[in-house]
Amino acid sequence: MTDTAVRPPVTTRKKTTTIARTERREAIALVIPATLPILIFSVFPLINGIVLAFTDATLRRNVESNFVAFDNFARLVGDTMFWESFRIGLVWSISVTVLQLVAGMGLALLLNADLRLKGFTRVLALVPWAMPPVVVAIMWKLIYRQTGPLNAIVSAFGGPTNTDWLANFDTALPAVIVVGVWVGMPQTTITLLAGLQQVPMELHEAAQVDGANAWNRFWKISIPSLRPIVAAITSLNFIWNFNSFGLVYVMTEGGPGGRTMLPMLFTYLEAFKSKHLGYAAAMGLVLVVFVLILMSFYLWSQFRKDKD
Amino acid sequence: MGRFTKPGQYLLLLAYLIFLGFPLLWLISAAFKSSAELNSLRVNLIPTDWHLANFPEALAKQGLVRSGLNSTIVAVTTTILVIVVSIPAAYALARFKGKLRTLGVGWILTSQVFPVILIIIPLFIILKNLNLVDSLLGLILVYTTYTMPFALWMLQGYVAAIPKDLEEAGAMDGASRFKVLREIVFPLLMPGIVATAMFAFVSSWNEFFFALVLIQTPDNYTLPITLKMFVGGEGKVALGPLAAGAVMAAIPSLVFFGFMQRKLTGGLLAGAVKG
Repeated sequence: MTDTAVRPPVTTRKKTTTIARTERREAIALVIPATLPILIFSVFPLINGIVLAFTDATLRRNVESNFVAFDNFARLVGDTMFWESFRIGLVWSISVTVLQLVAGMGLALLLNADLRLKGFTRVLALVPWAMPPVVVAIMWKLIYRQTGPLNAIVSAFGGPTNTDWLANFDTALPAVIVVGVWVGMPQTTITLLAGLQQVPMELHEAAQVDGANAWNRFWKISIPSLRPIVAAITSLNFIWNFNSFGLVYVMTEGGPGGRTMLPMLFTYLEAFKSKHLGYAAAMGLVLVVFVLILMSFYLWSQFRKDKD
Repeated sequence: MGRFTKPGQYLLLLAYLIFLGFPLLWLISAAFKSSAELNSLRVNLIPTDWHLANFPEALAKQGLVRSGLNSTIVAVTTTILVIVVSIPAAYALARFKGKLRTLGVGWILTSQVFPVILIIIPLFIILKNLNLVDSLLGLILVYTTYTMPFALWMLQGYVAAIPKDLEEAGAMDGASRFKVLREIVFPLLMPGIVATAMFAFVSSWNEFFFALVLIQTPDNYTLPITLKMFVGGEGKVALGPLAAGAVMAAIPSLVFFGFMQRKLTGGLLAGAVKG
């Protein structure tokens, strides 16, 4: 840096532009191997998926697909089963996201306090994240069985002995929501914990001197400084939960009677069991646009709050 | 927090430990129980009679060995491909500023919230045209693509942590860029590469959705699909061997995860929030 200042300015400019040019060429060469698979298996399918939503493509052999403009969407408006699944998807994603935040915040506060067993809890809290979703689903099926431990505990407290939690119309959705919380809590906890540890201790100490109790300090100091992190993790969690598939598919396949039919499951079945690719792509597009609108609205309101 | 709340805090922590740990312990214990014991309405974590036969039974019947082998091939190849492709790209992402970086980081963050349901349908058609449906190679290519964004994100963080002066010193001594990369950057990057490789392995080992759609014949099933099919025939299926199979399928992920647990804390969000 210092020696460029000594040189005449003309040569400097010339030199930096050639360096910039070689640098750019190098950068492109380094990035190409990573870009190719992304273009072929990610960008191209995404564009293709949007186009498919306007066709009547099917999985059946020897049937040509035609452009049908907005027919799929018009049909979708009147598809009550899709909207019912959409409603279930909202109940699922909102419940799981809110519970993840509340439970994750509780655990993060505990882990941030001066307690024993912290290291152990931390590792245990991360385990659900690492396990294959299929294994998690099998695990909870064993818990929710008619002769499983949950019924043993419930009946010990005088409740009914043989609820089939995942097959019962009233309990199936709450039961899978609990599993969703179990799986997603680690990420939320760890992120919030990292945020809590960034809050300067001096703030808490000063407030304590001024006589603020733990509850007040939590609401007046921790929460405001955590707001950007809470906004980020809740929006990510919401999208992840809305897009979630394997867990519920293995536990219930959308049953009983469609009570746990998340929109992802519904769209999957429409595409690969009913073989209506175009119609299913239209569903996918509607879901994506909905999530995008919801997220931009949420983030916009969060940022507006920050500016105040 | 005051002295009075301490017992309350421990009680709450205990509740969390039970919620997080009990299902796991129950799965492990079920793997060692006979079906008679599994169907008795009792909550005993330690089996009264250790039924070790569940494990060989699971391995013998359900094509578990075959799909375990498939899962290993897919996960190992994906890991190697992801690492080979990500190292140069992560280096470029960390070292060259400007539009390229903005575009790259933007893509990485978007990919975290990618609508797989919209993509899977055309992806299926594309792979079908390439004759890559129901093939492990097709699955490997898809996993490589979808594991890469996060791997890139992890790796570029490690590259950014290597002081630029070291490279400049190397370049001063007349070493070519490639030599600088190979002899200075690469060795320092090793811990980051190991962590990223573990992440890539675990992601592809655990993956379910793409495999469910793209793999069709039992010979090509990966472990999650075999286990799912195992669950499908419920009623007839013996739960002990199912639990044993599930435990075995989770072991590689848990072992790798144990190693990288510390490195992942903070993770994607730490960077995303700081912008």
